[in-house]
Order: sequence, then structure tokens, then C-alpha cells
Amino acid sequence: MSKKVVVETTINGEATEFLCEPRQSLLEVLRDELELTGSKEGCLTGDCGACTVIINGRPTCSCLVLGVEAQGKKIDTIEGLARPEGLHVLQRKFLEHAALQCGICTPGFLMSAKALLDRNPSPTEAEIRYALAGNLCRCTGYDKIVRAVIDAANTLSGARAA
Amino acid sequence: MAAATDERNFKVIGTRPIRHDGVDKVTGRARYGADYAFPDMLHGKMLRSPYAHARIKSIKVDKALALPGVKAVVTSADFPELPDKMEAAGEAPVNLAHLSENLMARDKVLYDGHAIAAVAATSPHIAEEAVKLIEVEYEVLPPAMTVEDAMKPGAPIINPKLRNKEEGDKPTNVAAHIQFKRGAVEAGFKEADFIVEREFRTAMVHQGYLEPHNAVAIYNADGKSTIYTSTQGSFAVRALASAVAGVPETSLKVVPAEIGGGFGGKLTIYLDPIALVLSKKTGHPVKMVMSRADVLRATGPTSGSTIRCKMGCTRDGKLTAAEIWMAYEAGAYPGSPVGAGAMTIIAPYNIPNMIIDAYDVVVNRPKTAAYRAPGATNAAMASETIIDELAEKCGIDPIEFRLKNAVKEGDPQTAGPPYKRIGFIETLEAIKNSPHYKSKLEGPNRGRGVASGFWFNVGMNSSAVVNLNADATASLVIGSVDVGGTRAAQAMVAAEVLGIKAEDVRPSVADTDTIGYTDMTGGSRTAVTTGAAVFMAAEDAVRQLKERAAKRWEVKPEEVAYQDGVLSCGDKRMTIKEMAAQFARTGGPISGRASINLRSVGPSFATVCVDVEVDTDTGKVKILRATCAQDVGKALHPSYVEGQMQGGTAQGIGWALNEEYVYDDRGNLRNFGLLDYRMPTCLDLPQIETIIVEVPAPGHPIGSRGVGEVNIVPPPAAVANAIARATGVRMTELPMSPPRLLKALLKKRGSADTQVAAAGR
Repeated sequence: MSKKVVVETTINGEATEFLCEPRQSLLEVLRDELELTGSKEGCLTGDCGACTVIINGRPTCSCLVLGVEAQGKKIDTIEGLARPEGLHVLQRKFLEHAALQCGICTPGFLMSAKALLDRNPSPTEAEIRYALAGNLCRCTGYDKIVRAVIDAANTLSGARAA
Repeated sequence: MAAATDERNFKVIGTRPIRHDGVDKVTGRARYGADYAFPDMLHGKMLRSPYAHARIKSIKVDKALALPGVKAVVTSADFPELPDKMEAAGEAPVNLAHLSENLMARDKVLYDGHAIAAVAATSPHIAEEAVKLIEVEYEVLPPAMTVEDAMKPGAPIINPKLRNKEEGDKPTNVAAHIQFKRGAVEAGFKEADFIVEREFRTAMVHQGYLEPHNAVAIYNADGKSTIYTSTQGSFAVRALASAVAGVPETSLKVVPAEIGGGFGGKLTIYLDPIALVLSKKTGHPVKMVMSRADVLRATGPTSGSTIRCKMGCTRDGKLTAAEIWMAYEAGAYPGSPVGAGAMTIIAPYNIPNMIIDAYDVVVNRPKTAAYRAPGATNAAMASETIIDELAEKCGIDPIEFRLKNAVKEGDPQTAGPPYKRIGFIETLEAIKNSPHYKSKLEGPNRGRGVASGFWFNVGMNSSAVVNLNADATASLVIGSVDVGGTRAAQAMVAAEVLGIKAEDVRPSVADTDTIGYTDMTGGSRTAVTTGAAVFMAAEDAVRQLKERAAKRWEVKPEEVAYQDGVLSCGDKRMTIKEMAAQFARTGGPISGRASINLRSVGPSFATVCVDVEVDTDTGKVKILRATCAQDVGKALHPSYVEGQMQGGTAQGIGWALNEEYVYDDRGNLRNFGLLDYRMPTCLDLPQIETIIVEVPAPGHPIGSRGVGEVNIVPPPAAVANAIARATGVRMTELPMSPPRLLKALLKKRGSADTQVAAAGR
């Protein structure tokens, strides 16, 4: 076991310093060291997307990134998606459309969808399905998730137009 | 869209409120099993067999124990030997010896991934390193991987103690033979103008819940212990984990965490007693979380199967006879769902003459567990494609053909007793009248298929408590784990009876010390049975409200009416809010409760229609459109009912097209990751249309039927039927993956192509 390393990073807008072993994944650091358990472990091989966080604007499986690689990066997790004034529009639309059943994949879907809407505010259904194809959901058949993201995009563009 | 409606005027039931646990789940705050952590907690990891079948000659753990940070190693020697017979444990009889050996192998390992030893250490990484230091000496034995291999004379015997009634004292891999018979089969086939007979194979598939199994166990010095775990049934964990660990059942409290999917796979246990024994041995809380590879290798998928199905019908489309032979892989220990397969395979149809022989066969694969309508999907792949072929031979529309033979109230079920009111015909009519079925499907290599499915559903035991607050809101306590929004549905039931808003009921899923006995979330029973318990608990609270009002108004309780939150008697009126505020002065808190055993529930039928397009160069199937019609009795929260229908349809499509366990010839699983065990992504599926059919279930206070399972049954057959209509190829093997379908397409093209190839040689 090698010595722990100090890593300086920004998590959900807060300057954050943590100690981690070089072999620990970012997901493990988030969950076990920083107690940010909203990011979920489904596979540890980057196949399910349940651990998706946004690193410097890109949706990323945090299980495929080492904790030490977070040095100097800006990381957004599910815990930072809602604001004190209320839920993010994606969170609201997921609830209104019943776009979750067990909910274990939901944080990952929300982060992938946020990364999509941040770079493409008016995606087509095909673009949404493409952007979310790295996230597995076993409960819903995706229908309500896709509808929720379409509705969220429409709501956001409506708000911009107004 | 509702195809039939209930006359009753529900105010809350049938609406779509935001689920009560929703905000927790979209903010990452909901606590799933792996999210629990305690001071001084250790991490457990498991050593698993690299062989499909081997005798364990020795296990040496000293090197592992010597690694700094390692606190304990356990093997089967740390667990009591349990009786090798079926015993009542929790909700259904269980062979505790098999359960215990499946969790920790004793003399032999019976499948790739079979647990052999477990380590507790100060970090999961150290535990993993220690696992690699355990030395096991094996005598490798030949495996039997399929039902054909295992049933062959001279097959390797997997469990030397296994016997069945027909073979006497001869060691065997056939754990059971079940038979159903009706009428005279030979005569039935003589009446037939058309007969179709085919042999089908369906692959072993996994439930694929996204959350791996987990458990945190804390054994206290006073002999009391607690397990936090993601399970479908906390009381089942209590019964089974205590038995395997050798502690008194009620010394254990099980706290059900939020659960990241189960679909039947989290009805049984894997880690719980291991973590408990490690905790007892070390004095620390011990957390165990499975890797995805372990989930696929060593938890219970559902059976692969071989089914020979022969059915006949008259020229005008009346089924006359069926003869079915079916064998299901049980995995390493007996208990495949072949019995359910046999009882569902022709359940939707009146067939006067039939014989079904069903075999439960052990093989060197993981012990199968329940998966959404266990056994029925395999079975429907056979019967529903043969029905389609018969309809084609008769020149009758496949829905019309089914309508001619469909069971209705009073017709016999496969096991004998008649159906009560059911809604099969209504699901067929719903598809027949749907925009999907009425639309035209044009273009090359495109086809439309339909198929139907049946599932029993179960009732069993549930408890519920409704506590009325002084502001006329209520807290609801239930023991049913919420896998897909049932908490919201239960709160709606309580709100309906109490005449308050769904938002004003706060539902909680309680641990085994906090609520009366409640069976698992499974068998599509939660909304139905726990819903009935909640209904009765809320009625109990209303009865108490009426008594209070009667006392105050000096009338008899039965003279007091209660509607929409208002108590009344003649011209006297009082709202629930006014009454609740005065509880301390009118006789104390109002708390309604109910504990029920629901013996009879309404079964479910579903009919699914899919359009496909086949790429004839690659064998890849694209699902263009899918519609599921399902009789749900009465939908409590329609959005979550639709969600069940869509989710089941999607899983059925995955089973149809991609998913399968791939073992090599030594019996090692080759696709133990989610890249190679390929479940559908949102790019693989279209929007899934739903038609909620509501034929109220008799005997249920709301008329609800289970909605969770039957929707997975029709899709594989529906997809196969669509492929047949698109290409003329009848697929008899699942999954209908590109290589398999391409092979079948090439074979069909074969005769012409072979001649061309021969000429060119």
C-alpha cells in the first residue's frame, strides 16, 4: 500500500482537499472519504453510468477516474444539482414524469442529462437517447426518462425565450 | 388510456401525485444499502471458486490472516450444518442445507463463482488482497452445464444426496418431475387440422438490477444483531440469515435500505449471514458489497430451458390439444421455476386435451432465483410462437385466433380450479383497437408480432399502521420494501380512505422490529396485499373517528357517516381536522392498524405488440414500436403502473434479443460484466406505449391486481413472431441475437445459395 496523497479540487463549487490512496477511484473517494454517496456504484467498469459526475463540463464515470486525477479539476456531483431555492428543472421533471422507479440509476442519469443540456439546450429525442446511452436503467425502459429530459429542455428554452 | 373503468368514484386513487420518496432519490440523499457506514466498520470480501465443479480438498487461510489489517477469515466451518430437507423459514419452505452451502461451499464447489471463504479487513482493498492469499486445493470434476448434459445417462452427479420420487435411490440431477394432464391428448391431435411441433431453447438470463447486493451487519455483545441491507423482503432476510448464521431469528433486526432494483433477485440472501458471522468474530460492524462480476457469477439468474411444444387446432382456429415437455436449469441446487412455467404455458387458452411434463434439473450454474414472473417467459416463448404459427396456417389474424381460444371467468386453470373474473380478452381487444395495431406497417424486412402472457400474482401477509396527526395528516408505516414507487401507492390508498390528500400521508418502510410481519415485495403483491392492509388500517382509523364523534354527539357509531374527511350524523358535522386536533381530549391518539393474510388475488394477463425491422445482412433486429396492454384491475398510481409495463416490456425485449449467460466448455462464465452481458440501452428501444386495462379483481377492496410481472412474459414471443412475419424465419432459440438470427436467415436462403456456392467451387 503506497502513501496517501493530498488532492486539491473543486467539488460542487467548493474548494475541497482530500487525502487518498493512489489506487482509490474517484467514486470511492467521493463515497467513502467525502461521504458524497449520491454517486452510485453499479459495475466499476464504466458500463452502467450510475457513478456519472461532471468533470470540467464533461460527463464522466467516476469509477474510471482515480481520486488523484481529480487534482485541479472542477467536479460536479448529484449533491450539487439542487439549489437552496429549489430543485433543478431536470430533478423536477424526473419527479413529474415518474422517470424513476428504484432510483439507483437516477443520479447518473441526471448528471448525464445536465451535461447534455449544458452544451446542447435543445436536443432532439435521438440526441437525448445518444447522450444517455451510457447510463443503464433496468426499471423504466427509458421511456419516461427520455420524456422528462425532453420536457426539461423545453422548459429551459421556454424560460430563455420569455 | 383506460379500456374498462371502475364505476367507483375514487378521489385519490388513479391520480398521479409526486412520489413521497422522490426528492430523496433525485438529490442523491436516499440511502441504499451500500451507503451505510458505521464507526470501526470493517469490509468483507469473498473468495469464489474458479471451477464449475470441484471437490475442495483443503483450505489454508494463515497467509491471509497474517496480512496487516485482516481481522478474520471464515469458511463453511464457521457456519452450522443445517438439515437437508424443506423447512418453513419465513415465507416459503426452504432447504436450509442448500441455502447455507450456496452461500459458503462445504465439500464441493458447484459453479464458477461459488463462495468458499470470506475475509474481513480494515479496508476493502486489504480484504481483496487477503482473499488472493487464501490457498485452496481442488480436485476438479467434469461439469454438467445444460439440462441435456445433466439428464444424460452417466452425467456427472452434482449433488450426491439428490433423489427424486421416480428414480428411487438412484443419484440423479433431476430434482423433480411435475405433470399436468387433462382430456385425451391423442384424440385431441386427431381432431386437429393443423399441428405444429418445435423444440425451443432459452438462455439463462439475469435480473440485471443496477445495484449490487450489499449488507452491513452489526453483532452486539448482548447477542442482538442488526443487518442493514438492500432486500425485497426484510422478514425473509431475518429468517434465512439467522438460520444460516446460527443465531435466534428474533435476535436479529433487519433494516431494509432503499433498494436499487430486485426483480426477484433480492428475495433470497447471499451476503447477510456472512457479514453477520464476520461481525460476531471480529466485534466490528462488517460491510460487504458485491462486485458486478460476483453478481453475475454467483447470484441467482433465472433458468435457461429446453421446451418441446406440440399444439394442434382445427381449420377454424379452435385449439384441440397440447403436448409439452419442459426442462429448466435449476442451477446448482433444486428449485427452478419449471412448475410455474408448466402452469402458465397454456394458461391463457382453453385447450380440452393437454399433457405437460416438467423437469427441475440441477446443473453446474449458479442457483437460480426468482425473476419477474419466474418461468413464464421461457414458457410463453414456446407456446405463443406456436400459437402464432397455427394462426398463420389457419389464415386467421393472431389476435382473432387468441380470442377464439381465450380463457374467461369459469374456465379451468392448468392446475384445475376455475378462473374468477379475469381480463385476458380485454387486453386482446385493447391491442386490436390500438392505434398501433390499426396502423399500417410497410417496408422490407419489417414485421409485426403479438403475444400474450399470464401470471398468477400472490397475496400472502402484510401489516400496516396509520397514525393520525393532530393536523389531520397521517403517518403510514408499512413493512413492504419500495422497489418502484409502492410507498406512494400505499399513501394514496390511506389518503383515499381518510379523505385527505396523498401529500398529507407520510409513508415509511419500517424495519422488522417496527412493523408487524410482512412478506416480501414480490409476486406482484405489494400494491395489492399491502394496499389492502393499508386500506383496512385506514378504515380502522376511520372507525375510531366515528366512535369519537358518536360519543360526542351521543349517537351510535353506526349512525355516523364519514366522507371526504367529514364526519356527519343528521345535521351535525365535524371535519377530520377538527376531530384530530382534539384527540387528547377525546380518548387519546388515533392509530389504525391491520395485519392480513390475503389468500386469493386476481391474476394478470398482458398482450404485447411489437414492430421490428430486421437487417438481413447482420441479423440485427431493430424494435420500431412496442405497445403493452395489461389488465391491472385498478391502477393506483397510473404513472408507476405504466412504468412497470414499460420496464417489463423492455426487459422482455432484452431477453429476446441480447441477454444470455455464455459459459465456455469448462463451465466458466465468459460475460460477467455489463459490457458483454448486454442489457438494452435507451438507444435500443423506442418509446413504449401502454394501455392500462382495468377489470377489477374480485375480493380486493380497490379491485387492484399485481402489475409488476406479467409484462415481461409476452415480449420474446412477440419479437419472434414479428421476426417470422418480417423474414419467414421461425426462431426457436433465445436470445435472437445477430449471429443466431443471421445463421437462421442464411440457412433459409441456404438451398438457393448452396447451389450457387457449389457451382462456383
